Amino acid sequence: MSTFSIEFRDVSLTRPNGARALDHFSLGVEAGEVLALVGRSGAGKTTVIKLVNRLLTADAGTVLVEGRDAREWDPIALRRRVGYVLQDIGLFPHMTVADNVAVVPGLERWTAERTDARVRELLDLVGLPPQQFAARWPDELSGGQRQRVGVARALAADPPVLLMDEPFGALDPMTRAELRAEFRRIQQKVRKTVIIVTHDMGEAFALGDRVGVIDAGRLVVCDVPAAVAASTDPRVRQLLDAVIATQREASAER
Amino acid sequence: MNALFSFWIAHRVELASLLGQHVLLVAGSTLVAVAIAVPLGIFAARRPRLAAPLTAIANIVQTVPSLAMFGFLLPVPFVGGVGARAALLVLILYGLLPIVRTTIAGLQGIDATIREAGVALGMTPRQLLRLVELPLALPSIVAGVRVAAVVGVGSATIAAAIGAGGLGEYIYRGLSMVDTTVILAGAVPAAVLALAVDGSLLWMERELSARRRSWSRRVVASAAAVVTGIVLVSSGVAARQAGGAIVVGSKNFTEQLVLGELIAQSIEREGLPVQRRLNLGGTLICDRALLTGDIDVYVEYTGTALTAVFHQPVSMDSTGVFSSVRDLYARTGRTLLPPLGFNNTFAILVRGSDARSLRLTTIDDAARESAHWRAGFGYEFVERPDGYTGLAKAYGMRFPQPPHVMDLTLSYRALASGQVDMIAGDATAGLIKGLDLVQLDDNRHYFPPYDAAAVARAETLLRYPQARRALERLSGRVSPDAMRAMNYAADVEHRDVRAIARDFLDR
Ligand SMILES: Nc1ncnc2c1ncn2[C@@H]1O[C@H](COP(=O)(O)OP(=O)(O)O)[C@@H](O)[C@H]1O
Ligand SMILES: [Mg+2]
Repeated sequence: MSTFSIEFRDVSLTRPNGARALDHFSLGVEAGEVLALVGRSGAGKTTVIKLVNRLLTADAGTVLVEGRDAREWDPIALRRRVGYVLQDIGLFPHMTVADNVAVVPGLERWTAERTDARVRELLDLVGLPPQQFAARWPDELSGGQRQRVGVARALAADPPVLLMDEPFGALDPMTRAELRAEFRRIQQKVRKTVIIVTHDMGEAFALGDRVGVIDAGRLVVCDVPAAVAASTDPRVRQLLDAVIATQREASAER
Repeated sequence: MNALFSFWIAHRVELASLLGQHVLLVAGSTLVAVAIAVPLGIFAARRPRLAAPLTAIANIVQTVPSLAMFGFLLPVPFVGGVGARAALLVLILYGLLPIVRTTIAGLQGIDATIREAGVALGMTPRQLLRLVELPLALPSIVAGVRVAAVVGVGSATIAAAIGAGGLGEYIYRGLSMVDTTVILAGAVPAAVLALAVDGSLLWMERELSARRRSWSRRVVASAAAVVTGIVLVSSGVAARQAGGAIVVGSKNFTEQLVLGELIAQSIEREGLPVQRRLNLGGTLICDRALLTGDIDVYVEYTGTALTAVFHQPVSMDSTGVFSSVRDLYARTGRTLLPPLGFNNTFAILVRGSDARSLRLTTIDDAARESAHWRAGFGYEFVERPDGYTGLAKAYGMRFPQPPHVMDLTLSYRALASGQVDMIAGDATAGLIKGLDLVQLDDNRHYFPPYDAAAVARAETLLRYPQARRALERLSGRVSPDAMRAMNYAADVEHRDVRAIARDFLDR
């Protein structure tokens, strides 16, 4: 019996084009823990995420969600228990902010009052005052605001697990810093099991209780930030050096 | 311009009902096309291998000219034949392609990320379709519906050829009377209708792409529109079916319209409700409609029935032809009533001026001139066994060029204006007098007799003895002079056909 909320046991997956997206990948995430998954582009981060909510299924090995094989879950039920913030957000352009957030409550047939109350609560939680934002359309929002709506939508039905795929990737550094702080504040309140994907080691250190480094479909290291920072593995060092380089550039600009 | 407005005012009740029929035809067929094409498009959009051939088939259907399509459908049981049913079917077939195509395009154009977001949030495929894919594809689908409806407004004018009613009625009537005002009376409202349909659906398309209304309200609104539409259509169809106990048909030239009206009014005077399906295209369409019960009665000519309907050899004996045709009809459940009283033989016509200067009185005289003449004939005359080929052989005609094939009614004007030198018209045509044309004597007795007589479904006459009485009362009452005078009143004086028939019956 596993104590993990999400567990990967020796999972391999080959994409239709022959790319080995995951290669004997094992990892456990405890309930209420934030795991930051770092790796360069194409390392297999999105693949990990999509295996959890069964947008993909493993060729070999097992993915367990709440102790149950993802293949045994009814995929619809599984996806409603796993919130997902997409890399490209994917807000529904024909729905208002409130309607976007209300999608999963609608699928779960909540009453109108309950849905309404929940939408207000969530918009407040992600820092978008409902009276100002509820009736807006996605194309009337900034990138940061859209990302906040994406988070609210994923949290709507209070899922125990939250998957976030490079949620702050496309934002400017100021907004990113702001949203990171926001994320920590929200996580304090909601205490979800979170896998947050990033290609930025600095962001991983800022957000993760533990940091997992993935390279070419393999887990290189998975530990608390301090231990990862001390790693001598060249694949980890490369990612760390990139952080140092950007910090130098940033200070040079000042 | 003034003539057009006074025509509309004089015919306002009829205009309103034709416009209503037109709208019902287009609305009904478009609704059904949407109901078929959207699911088909959804099905095909998910199977790219199917989408291409399906679009190709729909494309081919689209390129069949509508008149040909009506022709193909005439002999098809249940759906074919004449009337609104067949017209609806053709219009539905035409509507399918644009809607299937835009449904596929709309669905395939949806951003993959948005679709993935729906799946990841736990939508079932049906929920994804209803909540995400269809709303996003809707502007594109509406664009297809717009094309279908606008094309439908145009095609529906042609539906009048098979008795489906609508504004095409005026266009055909105007063509057969060579009266531009009547043509415009149908063509102008049809054009305005097309513009209105185009504009309102374009507006709807823009509203939907602006996505400023919630999807649920849209569903309610469209559902309400669909329901209203279906109610309208079914009530319209029901009203048409309940509209008349006896359906009177006619072919598509003036004399037939007058005779159809004459029959209709004399049956009405017996107290029976009548539905008019006048202007039904040629002999074969009328015959088929009579066989299938789409019409109950129309006027045929004995010689035409013998050769064109029953494919029997030509015969010159008028009583003999009548009795053999009556027997042939009886065998197929139809009753030929006694002749009306005139023989509408083909009339070989030349200009009055030529007849006088060249001293032409017989077809033999004309055959002598044929080497430097041009002839113009209606489609039917070129095709029928008692038509052009036999005539040329019987009289040894030698035209330097093959005859111009043209609309029968237009050929009178073509002769008068000198574009052709000889035509084959109807002996009773009012235009003969109106345009100073001269009929040449068939001195070699080439043409069989064409005695006009009503032919009716035997079943109908049994069920409604008053109808038989009404038809028998007309027998022998329409002299050649009376017929020519009525044709003249319609074609040259442009008098209303209903009034002409009424005056005749009142005499
Ligand atoms: N839809 C796909 N079809 C085929 N190969 C894919 C697809 N998506 C990703 N891959 C491949 O799988 C590997 C891992 O991709 P991914 O998990 O998206 O990486 P990351 O999110 O870390 O950038 C890469 O080699 C990528 O090229
Ligand atoms: Mg990725």
